[in-house]
Amino acid sequence: MDFEFIIRYIPLYIEAAKLTLTLASAGIALSIVVGFVCSLILYKRVPVLSWLVNAYIELSRNTPLLIQLFFLYFGLPKLGISISSVGCAIIGLTFQGGSYMEEAFRAGLESVPTIQSESGASLGLTGLQVFRYVILPQAISTCIPAFCANIIFLIKETSVFSVVALEDLMFVAKDLIGIYYKTDEALFMLVIAYLIILLPISVFCTWLERRVRYAGFGN
Amino acid sequence: MQDLGINVLFQGNNFLRLCLGLWVTLRIALISMGLSIPLGLLVGILMNVPQKLVKGICRVYLEIVRIMPQLVLLFLVYFGMSKNFGINLQGETAAVIVFTFWGTAEIGDLIRSALISIPKHQYESGYGLGLTKMQVYVYVIVPQIFRRMLPVAINLLTRMIKTTSLVVLIGVVEVVKVGKQIIDASRYTTPTAALWIYGVIFLMYFVICYVFSKVAGRLEKNLKY
Repeated sequence: MDFEFIIRYIPLYIEAAKLTLTLASAGIALSIVVGFVCSLILYKRVPVLSWLVNAYIELSRNTPLLIQLFFLYFGLPKLGISISSVGCAIIGLTFQGGSYMEEAFRAGLESVPTIQSESGASLGLTGLQVFRYVILPQAISTCIPAFCANIIFLIKETSVFSVVALEDLMFVAKDLIGIYYKTDEALFMLVIAYLIILLPISVFCTWLERRVRYAGFGN
Repeated sequence: MQDLGINVLFQGNNFLRLCLGLWVTLRIALISMGLSIPLGLLVGILMNVPQKLVKGICRVYLEIVRIMPQLVLLFLVYFGMSKNFGINLQGETAAVIVFTFWGTAEIGDLIRSALISIPKHQYESGYGLGLTKMQVYVYVIVPQIFRRMLPVAINLLTRMIKTTSLVVLIGVVEVVKVGKQIIDASRYTTPTAALWIYGVIFLMYFVICYVFSKVAGRLEKNLKY
């Protein structure tokens, strides 16, 4: 193992990790928004929209992110729609993540027994208040484990961003292997980089899951 | 009128080649899944063993799989093996190794929780009938787990099919690679080929995974008891 080489290229990995993390957080934040809106549409059974949301979920859950990126980055420009690499990455991750987040949120919302909203209504709360003060807090605490798993899953998915010419961690590692043939060093740093990013998140999630495991609500 | 790029699909045996490419990814997923199920069963049973050391090793194994992106594992096996041990794996073999490694952990974890969910009296009745530990597992526990696991295993299979799309990045000639070849070959004749080819690949994945996930959903409903 050539440690000088490793030290020399640490800044490159840090840059790449920053890019990976920025894109991942943008994508995850947007997928939470998309997921939340979609789950509300399905929960409230909005007529036409829920049909559309269902179609979106099936499409997104049953295709790999890699292929979505290929289509966005290489296919769409032929229709005259050019999206930058960063744009493709974020759109792709949101498209993929939105449906996963939706499933998590909806499972949470549906796990709250109807008696809860009925009790809320009988106390004289409006529909919005019932949702805001009764349903939502319970739903969120139920869906946290699935939610955490999704976040880890989405960060891992970012490893394919190099196909749309983004200099993320995989790209740097591949480059170093290609140029200097320092396979071990490049791969070692790649593993370490992902460990540094994902291990704390994983530990935090395990902790959080334990924290939010309340007794059942009115079951 | 401008040439509609879709023609490129029907030129020569292009469509057939895409299908064969898809078969390569499917084959990798199916072989890995086939290997993961027995291995996962073993790991799942091991995870319930009271020994701390065995449990610890399984825990570390699970964490690695949970944290490392599959693409990183693919790189590790594909490039690492040839550099350090002089074993030149074919991309496909490397992929099967990685996906089996991953699938075994996932199935193992599912089996572990399924084992816990089986009521204790099932074991006890088995022992009460004079069966040995091995016999209890083979005749009483595993058949019950199998029913619970089937839908989840199919879901894992769809995830595996989706993830096998990554193998193009370690140089396996599969559907994306074939698609690229077709696009490159028709660059001048049909410049819009990329849209159609990638669109078709997109739909191919969708159709396959959709069918499997519908089957899983159906089984989940039917096998409830």
